[in-house]
Amino acid sequence: MFGRLTWAAIPFDVPVVMIAAGSVGFIIFCVLALVTVKGWWPYLWREWITSVDHKRLGVMYIGLALLMLVRGFSDAMLMRSQLAMAAGHAQGYLPPEHYDQIFSAHGTIMIFFVAMPFVIGLMNFVLPLQLGVRDVAFPVLNSIGFWLTAAGVLLVNVSLVVGEFARTGWLAYPPLSEVAYSPGVGVDYYLWSLQISGLGTLLSGINLTTTILKLRAPGVGYRQMPIFCWTALASNLLIVAAFPILTATFAMLLLDRYCGFHFFTNELGGNPMMYINLIWSWGHPEVYILILPAFGVFSEVVATFSGKPLFGRRSMVMATMVICVLSFLVWLHHFFTMGAGADVNAFFGVMTMLIAVPTGVKVFNWLFTLYGGRIRFTTPVYWALGFMVTFVIGGMTGVLMAIPPADFVLHNSLFLIAHFHNVIIGGVVFGVMAGITYWFPKAFGFTLNERLGKAVFWCWFFGFYLAFMPLYVLGLMGATRRMQHYSNVHWQPLMLVALAGALLILLGIALTGVQLAVSIRQRERNRDLTGDPWNGRTLEWSTPSPPPAWNFSQLPQVDRADAFWAMKQQRGTAQDPNLKRTYQTIHVPRNNPTGFFLAFCAVVLGFSLIWHIWWSAGLGLLGAIAVCLRQAWRTDGEIEIPAEKIAAFERLHGLKESTV
Amino acid sequence: MSAAEQALVDGDAVPLSLRGPAPTRVVAGYGFWLFLLSDIIIFAALFAAYAVLSGETAGGPTAADLFDKKHVLIETACLLASSVTCGFGSLAVQSGDRSSTYFWMAITFILGVTFLSLEVSEFSHMLSIGAGPSRSAFLSAFFTLVGTHGLHVTLGLCWLVVMLLQVATLGFQPMVSRRFFCFGLFWHALDIVWIGVFTIVYLGAHL
Repeated sequence: MFGRLTWAAIPFDVPVVMIAAGSVGFIIFCVLALVTVKGWWPYLWREWITSVDHKRLGVMYIGLALLMLVRGFSDAMLMRSQLAMAAGHAQGYLPPEHYDQIFSAHGTIMIFFVAMPFVIGLMNFVLPLQLGVRDVAFPVLNSIGFWLTAAGVLLVNVSLVVGEFARTGWLAYPPLSEVAYSPGVGVDYYLWSLQISGLGTLLSGINLTTTILKLRAPGVGYRQMPIFCWTALASNLLIVAAFPILTATFAMLLLDRYCGFHFFTNELGGNPMMYINLIWSWGHPEVYILILPAFGVFSEVVATFSGKPLFGRRSMVMATMVICVLSFLVWLHHFFTMGAGADVNAFFGVMTMLIAVPTGVKVFNWLFTLYGGRIRFTTPVYWALGFMVTFVIGGMTGVLMAIPPADFVLHNSLFLIAHFHNVIIGGVVFGVMAGITYWFPKAFGFTLNERLGKAVFWCWFFGFYLAFMPLYVLGLMGATRRMQHYSNVHWQPLMLVALAGALLILLGIALTGVQLAVSIRQRERNRDLTGDPWNGRTLEWSTPSPPPAWNFSQLPQVDRADAFWAMKQQRGTAQDPNLKRTYQTIHVPRNNPTGFFLAFCAVVLGFSLIWHIWWSAGLGLLGAIAVCLRQAWRTDGEIEIPAEKIAAFERLHGLKESTV
Repeated sequence: MSAAEQALVDGDAVPLSLRGPAPTRVVAGYGFWLFLLSDIIIFAALFAAYAVLSGETAGGPTAADLFDKKHVLIETACLLASSVTCGFGSLAVQSGDRSSTYFWMAITFILGVTFLSLEVSEFSHMLSIGAGPSRSAFLSAFFTLVGTHGLHVTLGLCWLVVMLLQVATLGFQPMVSRRFFCFGLFWHALDIVWIGVFTIVYLGAHL
């Protein structure tokens, strides 16, 4: 009846898990009770769950990512504290089979459910506003993409309580991930949650690529398009080109596990190294999917707060697109030790060094933009400066490992761990934090507390160096990744320093919560009435904060990059301020529950497949088909916003602005 | 005056990229093209796997032992012919001609079903002689590549039925025509993939 699912799947005998699960369950119960008692369900359903507004979806993506950051970081704390203890005769408090699940979950969650939703959320929120249009190309698809991601998140978290998670590392290399060596449900949780959320990511990649290439305000050509849009274009092209490889690779591993195929097994001609090649031909573009939008954020932040146009805009665009192409030609550097031979390794080593060149171009562009500017040292600028220092160090250790002989020594060592945290924390996380601080007032109508924002930055900045510089040293001393215990007690002092760094980052994450709470309390003091709190340069700042559902009452006419800056320069000379504006009826997409219902069916389907409950898998699939058919016959996809309502909104906004 | 400003002044000369948001028909078609590209990348990964594993027969039957060229030729003819009839059907949709839409799309459907039943008979024959996907890595890769194409054809046929029902209930609304356009793209893309399968898998077996 319930396949492999029995009461034994719930680890009643592991207190750590039960306490964690119990407290998470209690918090969820309290939140649901609060929502029910306060009667917030209709509001949530109407304004958020069924919303297809790209701004709301962007905010929900980032909310999801923040939540999962806490989950992923608690895994990191468990690992760091275990390694601070487990030296010599001490064994620490985590047995190997549990520790293996923790590092696998940490990597999976941080990449797929923290970094990806952060980046996709920022792009979702910002792109239509920067392009001067009213929504993305496919708003309903956008909502489906978000909810499928949320379905993946739910499945990963269920694995904490019901069953187990993979013990295979975040990329589930075979043959370890094959049924012969991982007969449990852990790898199945991993595969199905990533298949479901990967589909969501692919849909959002198609959607945003189409938006950038086909929906731009009149006059926004490729030469006028803001730089964040360019980096987002490169990132979404990579999503469209790389995520299908992940889907196909996981599908092959699923066939091996469920139907006895022999793609990656040890027997009957299977080839485990093919999995590793395939997964990294998705995996390397993936790191650029994450970092390119962060580069875009820094470009916007640096230009805005220097009060100058971006230095070398054309070279920045070129560098972005060169990275986009080269990112597909370096995957083998993740496993030089495969033994492909000197020629192959040399090719990929050289390509890896080459890809550092356009990245270097970007760093100089940012430096020259700052040079001679009137820099305002706001929190986003702190993140940008911290990024430039940190990322360059991470880039250089990367180039070091691009040399195959050096990589043979450093492969799978803590040096590698330090390197990729160096570029992902120093690049992606810093970029996302800068982006959140920068665009927060646009989303909510008030700025975040600057003092606390800077405190958060310093915690992450010093926390990062304390946590990961020791790992570089430990890596050179021979410490490997994914070890739960080490016998060399001389490593322990450095492990303790790393723990201190992790604690400092923990303080930074906690302070982010404090910052949000304090900023919401002080919102009247920090209200952004003009819609342009930073003296911005691009079109999103020409809208009120928060923008109305239709974004732009009239589509802007653009003729250059930094369009809003140019408009501000011309204001009062070219335009008559008393000009009578006329508005037309606007059509905006209607709320739609399709995404939510599809995600519900996907969770049922995924959970049933993980536990081999075939009848409910069938139900989940039928439900999904029914939801799709219902959507196919929906003909009332849009609502009309009458011109009078728009005019009234604009009058009110003008009134607010004139009081500033 | 910049080039863009100049272009905005004299109407005809405005480059496509500066004319503002594209119409829904273009946006929907473009999005679907991107989806097809991503779908073709799934096939690319499966083709790559087949190329790597096609020699890994583990002492079992080889490609040359198993594939019947004549059978595959009939399959191919059915699928390519269905692309032609699908093209006539698309013309009928464009001109809003209901009866000839039904006629051409019904023929497309029948040809598609014929293709699928031929494929199923091939697969069941192979299974009956013990050459199933679990026999060797080569057969795993074969069944996955050809089976994924077959799954796409099946989904395409279901989609076609839904589209005919949409014409029957909603008529030739812009929404329905857009979806029919996307269906046409999908159906032709499956042909392109099949040409790859035919060349690499079936003709390649006799090299």
